[in-house]
Amino acid sequence: MHSRSPLIALYDIAGAIKRYPLVGMLGWQDVRARYRRSALGPFWITLSMGVMIATIGLVFGQIFNTPMQEYLPFLTIGMVLWAFIASVVTEGSMGFIAAESVIKQLPIPLFVHIMRLIWRNLLIFAHNIVIVPIVMLIVGKSIGWIALLAIPGMVLLVLNLSWIALLLAMLCARYRDIPQIVASVLQVVFYLTPIMWVPKLLPARAAIYLLDSNPAFHLIEVVRAPLLGQAPTAANWLAALALTGIGWLAAVIVFGRHKRRIAFWL
Amino acid sequence: MASIKFDNVSVDFPIYNASGRSLKKRLIRVATGGQIGADPHGRVVVRALENLNFTLSDGDRVGLLGHNGAGKSTLLRLLSGVYAPTHGTAAITGEIGSLIDISLGIDPEATGRENIYLRGALLGMTKGTIGKRIDEIVEFSELGDFIDMPLRTYSSGMHLRLAFAVSTIVRPEILLMDEWLAVGDESFKHKAEQRMTEMVQSTNILVLASHARDLLMHTCNRVMWLEHGRIRMDGAPAEVLAAYFGD
Repeated sequence: MHSRSPLIALYDIAGAIKRYPLVGMLGWQDVRARYRRSALGPFWITLSMGVMIATIGLVFGQIFNTPMQEYLPFLTIGMVLWAFIASVVTEGSMGFIAAESVIKQLPIPLFVHIMRLIWRNLLIFAHNIVIVPIVMLIVGKSIGWIALLAIPGMVLLVLNLSWIALLLAMLCARYRDIPQIVASVLQVVFYLTPIMWVPKLLPARAAIYLLDSNPAFHLIEVVRAPLLGQAPTAANWLAALALTGIGWLAAVIVFGRHKRRIAFWL
Repeated sequence: MASIKFDNVSVDFPIYNASGRSLKKRLIRVATGGQIGADPHGRVVVRALENLNFTLSDGDRVGLLGHNGAGKSTLLRLLSGVYAPTHGTAAITGEIGSLIDISLGIDPEATGRENIYLRGALLGMTKGTIGKRIDEIVEFSELGDFIDMPLRTYSSGMHLRLAFAVSTIVRPEILLMDEWLAVGDESFKHKAEQRMTEMVQSTNILVLASHARDLLMHTCNRVMWLEHGRIRMDGAPAEVLAAYFGD
């Protein structure tokens, strides 16, 4: 096997998938370690998220002059998804750096560390998602069968976050200023993407820049739209799919080239 | 069947200091036409191991000898598959186990029992295997009821006994050790010694880095003396040890 071929990357990823019990255990342990000895445990995040959504909902609902029945569910799903995306990306940039002691001691597939952080954040996401039905109940909005489309949407989102986390983990292990850059870029993306503001209020010309050419919008939309009772547009699905393909291709090539060097960068 | 074959293996460490590692430096280097860098890639490089050639096969009990910085730990990491050689090829067949840093991955907030599963999973054991052997591990560690208490309540001796009990349950084909493990008080030490001997006997290949002359003399049938990343001497323990310790 050539020492820099994409095969190395695929071999590592396959090895990591085979060790899913380890990933599951480490992810659970991370969540438990964070909230051990606290009575509410991970529901603390749910609670603070709920309070934040209620506040933003009240203020911006007034500013945008949108009916709460429409705005609050939109904001809630967007915020819960964004919290998941943002923490996977931020923790992804520390993915290998944080696992240094394990990487330098045990020959465990490196992708295990990426899967671990994704799993950990999925668990936290599962706690946060509880807010969505509560808000739906409060504003009296019903969820239809179309909501099931959010499942493939979520799969696409997680697949995309996986390659992003893998690429960032490598990049940040090599160049230590990237985590700071990532943090500020995330902030910018948050405001550029319709999470707090509703796309309807945008002038038609700006929509082309802020919606169609914004990958984050498509990724959020494939999960959010079905939960709000609409099917995502074909453009949303295509963009999310294309992003998955291109992103994974790039990640596998880069990971294959540098996998053997990562231990030396730490 | 286990074997290790090193063919012209070298390991170079890139040295990144705070600025060499930053993106700014990289960009400036591009702008200035690559004059800052020292080697062809523009990096400062330290060669940790140079042109290692050796073959190990079943029954080999190899001692690694050498001063600090001679490359012993790097060689152990190469053997464990954590590092890949920068040049040359290292062909390793056989399941590898290492007794280096046996407390790695242990969570102080989790209970002893949870930590057994955690540490076991890191070592590649399945939940089922650990479940079957957990009573044995608990009994060996002599922790009694403490096994269901958080690890932070343990004394350092108890901590080590637990780590030792889990880590020595595996029987790898290639066993890597950095110094002999000695844990616990007198009575436990005796038991631990026995467990270690058992483990060493059942493994196909042992690689043990140590400075202890008697230990290497008794345990190994071959000793490699590393100096500045190269093999200075490789042969029978008596011969190499005599040369190293200067008599």
